Amino acid sequence: MSSFLSLQVLVDFLAATIRMATPLGFAAVGGVFSERSGVFNIALEGMMLGGAFGAVMGSHLTGNLWVAVLVAGLAGGALALVHAVACVSFGANQVVTGVALNLLALGGTTYLSRVILRGANVERVRAFEILPIPVLGDLPVLGPVLFRQTALVYLLALLLPIATVVLLKTPWGLAVRAVGEYPRAADTAGIGVTGIRYTCVIVSGIMAGIGGAFLSISHVNMFTENMSAGRGFIALAAIIFGKWHPVGAFGACLIFGAADALQLRIQTYDLGIPYQVPVMLPYVLALLAMCGLVGRSPAPAAAGIPYRKEES
Amino acid sequence: MHALLGENGAGKSTLMNVLYGLYRPDSGRIFLRDRPVTFHSPRDAIRAGIGMIHQHFMLVPPLSVGENIVLGYDPLTRPWLNLRHVEREVHSLSAAYGLDVDPRAIVWQLPVGQQQRVEILKALYRKADLLILDEPTSVLTPAETEALFAIIRRLRADSNTVIFISHKLDEVMAISDTVTVLRGGHVVETVARSDTTPAALARAMVGRDVTFRVAHEREGQGEPILRVEGLAALNDRGLPALRGLSFVLRRGEILGVAGVDGNGQSELAECICGLRPPTAGRVLLGTRDITRLSPRAIIEAGVGFIPADRQRTGLVLDFDIAENLILKRHGQAPFCRPGAMNLPAVERHAADLVERFDVRAPSVRSRVRTLSGGNQQKVVLAREVSGNPAVLVAMQPTRGLDVGATEYVQRSLLAQRERGAAILYVSTELEEVLGLSDRIAVLAQGRIVDIVDAATATRHQVGMLMTGGR
Amino acid sequence: MGGGRWRLFVFRLIPVWALCVALGLGAAFISLAGGNPWTAYWAVAHGAFGDVFGFGATLTRMAPILLAGLGVALAARVGLFNIGAEGQIYLGGLGAAWVGLYVPGLPAALHIPLALAASGVAGGLWALLPAYLRVTRGVNEVITTLLMNYIAIQGVGYVVNGPMMEPGAPYPFSPVLLDSAHLPLILPEADAHAGILLGLAAAVGLHLLLHRAALGYRIRAVGFSPPAAAYGGISVRRTMLGAMFVSGALAGLAGAGEVMGLKYRLFDRFSPGYGFDAIAAAFLAGNEPLLVIATSLFFGALRSGGSLMQRAVGTPVAIVIVIQGLSILLLTLGLVLHHWEPARRFLRGGGPRPAPAPAVERTNVELS
Repeated sequence: MSSFLSLQVLVDFLAATIRMATPLGFAAVGGVFSERSGVFNIALEGMMLGGAFGAVMGSHLTGNLWVAVLVAGLAGGALALVHAVACVSFGANQVVTGVALNLLALGGTTYLSRVILRGANVERVRAFEILPIPVLGDLPVLGPVLFRQTALVYLLALLLPIATVVLLKTPWGLAVRAVGEYPRAADTAGIGVTGIRYTCVIVSGIMAGIGGAFLSISHVNMFTENMSAGRGFIALAAIIFGKWHPVGAFGACLIFGAADALQLRIQTYDLGIPYQVPVMLPYVLALLAMCGLVGRSPAPAAAGIPYRKEES
Repeated sequence: MHALLGENGAGKSTLMNVLYGLYRPDSGRIFLRDRPVTFHSPRDAIRAGIGMIHQHFMLVPPLSVGENIVLGYDPLTRPWLNLRHVEREVHSLSAAYGLDVDPRAIVWQLPVGQQQRVEILKALYRKADLLILDEPTSVLTPAETEALFAIIRRLRADSNTVIFISHKLDEVMAISDTVTVLRGGHVVETVARSDTTPAALARAMVGRDVTFRVAHEREGQGEPILRVEGLAALNDRGLPALRGLSFVLRRGEILGVAGVDGNGQSELAECICGLRPPTAGRVLLGTRDITRLSPRAIIEAGVGFIPADRQRTGLVLDFDIAENLILKRHGQAPFCRPGAMNLPAVERHAADLVERFDVRAPSVRSRVRTLSGGNQQKVVLAREVSGNPAVLVAMQPTRGLDVGATEYVQRSLLAQRERGAAILYVSTELEEVLGLSDRIAVLAQGRIVDIVDAATATRHQVGMLMTGGR
Repeated sequence: MGGGRWRLFVFRLIPVWALCVALGLGAAFISLAGGNPWTAYWAVAHGAFGDVFGFGATLTRMAPILLAGLGVALAARVGLFNIGAEGQIYLGGLGAAWVGLYVPGLPAALHIPLALAASGVAGGLWALLPAYLRVTRGVNEVITTLLMNYIAIQGVGYVVNGPMMEPGAPYPFSPVLLDSAHLPLILPEADAHAGILLGLAAAVGLHLLLHRAALGYRIRAVGFSPPAAAYGGISVRRTMLGAMFVSGALAGLAGAGEVMGLKYRLFDRFSPGYGFDAIAAAFLAGNEPLLVIATSLFFGALRSGGSLMQRAVGTPVAIVIVIQGLSILLLTLGLVLHHWEPARRFLRGGGPRPAPAPAVERTNVELS
């Protein structure tokens, strides 16, 4: 037990928390936009998986990591575009469409990985390596935890405040929030509901795709089937737990990331707690968060309801 | 300050929606400041200086007042939301017109009167000098109404034009300079307020058409069967809809309930039928207190209900005619033996009713959604009436129906009356209420203003009562 | 207007069109990857139905999809989304294993029904919590049922890794269930167990319930129009809760079938996603119990035939999942197609749209 509590182990644990939280964070922060604009996106899982595969493909074909990230974003964005067309333009059921997209992504990536990547040299896929930030990376404790991570972690750190500011402090962000709460009021105020929803859904897909890239080309350098393993759903739980706020959602991702890091360490250090408990934790917390929505729910009121202009 | 006066369905809101760019006119022109204009969307209207305050506020509840005001005003490409600037503007506009609204307040926490002021501020912020207020006092308390009038006077003093849409005579008399009366989509007259009287306006509003009275014998009424005492209830928004309502309904009588829509009619019907819990008062059926019974129990006690919204409440649109006809009795014999429904009996019942009530449909298995409005209403009528209820509550039973279907419904109700049922006939169509009822209760603002004998009542008299005048 | 009926019929067959297009797209993907779609599809069909072993495997995979699919369909009929079938399957498996392991001394005639009942209750209760939250607090049941899937999988995993684990097992599984709790085999050569019979009986039972019982009438009424149902005197709350409980119970029975019929043990992660196949099967069947038999057969065949396709032709089994996803997606689009103008024109037969009635006529108003 004492060996578990040593400083080194603690630092390792915190660094791992950040690592585990990052893919969740991308998906969750992006997902906030989609949910806030009123479109349920339960296909974050599929978009992440698509992004993971896309990143490996991109890295395999070009050897350039940032191109790989771009491909990942495009993969997620493409799935999101289908979701947007079906749900926003056609008004299809958002839950069923999400389930379908998840299946598509799972089947598609597994299929393509067998057909295309089978036999390809795995080592040839380049992955991000740890990029220490000069000076800051040498700080005790904070250094290894925050400033000796891979590039995508820093990207998320950059995107998080941008996303928050955009959502809460720009006219466009205000329009997004209005559209998700009371689209008719936004429409009457002259805001294009369709355009906003499309943009938000695609943004959530791109971000989820980049989160998937983190899974496949950061720290590991390969794609395995069903790599996302439910992280997209944890991201959804993080959005709820974080009350649909980018920072709140990211905070929840940190908690869930810590649970993930803890789960691995419990097995290693044989702490006597069954590892399923921390694995279960994100879902239980999210469930409690949903039950505990007393009074006015912070969930966007128009979420899940297609907006049709002719109803007056 | 120009008022647009008329009953429900007279066309007031439609006209204003055209003016605001929400509907496109089929013909005709609009002149703004002596220049013809066409509006393709509210944006055009806003740019021309027209602001509209809808009856149902277009406010986003979880956002602040300032955020709601600036929504859609800045182009979306603008990088920064300058709320502080908005707040300063709001403060100065507030001060100028006595609006007294805190720009930081969250909209859903504000009382309705304040929310309305936010709508006014939205228009003023966009430099509107022509404001259209659509039935603004329908959601206000008397005190808030006074406050609103004060604001309107100040707006007027500052050379803004205000169009005030209303059906309430006394308010129109209190605040307007000019009054235009609309009826049935036409302008009846436009007069200066100083040149007219409430009586003249009421006459203009309800018209001097020949009253359509269904010839029927008005016999002596039977004994009381339904008693409502001091009924009070809240509406869906939590505001009082019924404020201590009392009346007695007798066997073999049709008691018409006249009033402008939104004065408590639906809440009254729902309370009687167990679909809304009253906050005070009692409903007695015979000697039995049915005030807080479940809808099922009240149905079984013999109260029928033809709801106003037949498509949402009265019918399950995706069920067929036969299934809809047994909605209230699906679990009882002969339609249901223990363990299974007796489908042949259900069909026979349906075939019988379809024939008796002349429901035009390909078969009893046709989905009700495919029927015309008139036939849908006949299904509802057939169901409610065939159970021979002791009391029948009919809300807007002829809404949206053509002349033939309307006549049919009215004849059915009269037949029920012959049978000895007690009918509560709630309608905003004054014609019908006058023609069918034995007695007429006039409902205004959740109270019964008066109950008059239909034989001697005139349109004019009832119209005055309906608009709150005396 | 005779053409109108034909057009409506075409519209009604949308699930079939969706499936055909999905299969077509799947064939396109297979050929793009260099495979031959005809041999691939033929391998699937042959693997699923060509011999006793294949057919048995198909039935075995069909059983849990059928049962869980019926559960999802029932929930949908009352207007609720049960995305938690997977978790309910796990709970059902746990319940069955518990009774199958720890209740000794009963003859099979008693033990089997008892274990099945336990699995039903477990699954039912698991579905009841999200339903209760939805009915009392309006909490969205899509998210709650989804979350409870993962809690269930982990919870059962814990039990199988710990208290219920077979001593000395190389990976987590429970001891063998008592003989009296084994489901009989209907095709002994092919390991096909009686779970499929349970599923077929449940499908027929559910069909009769929905279409001939008063309770079924209420369920359908609530599903179509809660306000009208309430107006008609039906308790919307009780109907929703009851239906969700049965929905979860059916999924629980699916889990019981796997544990009591297929492996005779409770394994960690014993369901390869049957709960999600069930959603696809229910949806594609338009939530009609008898049609769920057909769609679950289809998906069961895809699963069992798919492995032959992979072995014999080399096309990865994953194409089956792609086809599943595509068919659901195309079906959802198909269902809202009537909002799309070109589709409306098709249904109308190509005429202009009817004009709305005029509301305001010739008004001259001067507003100073």
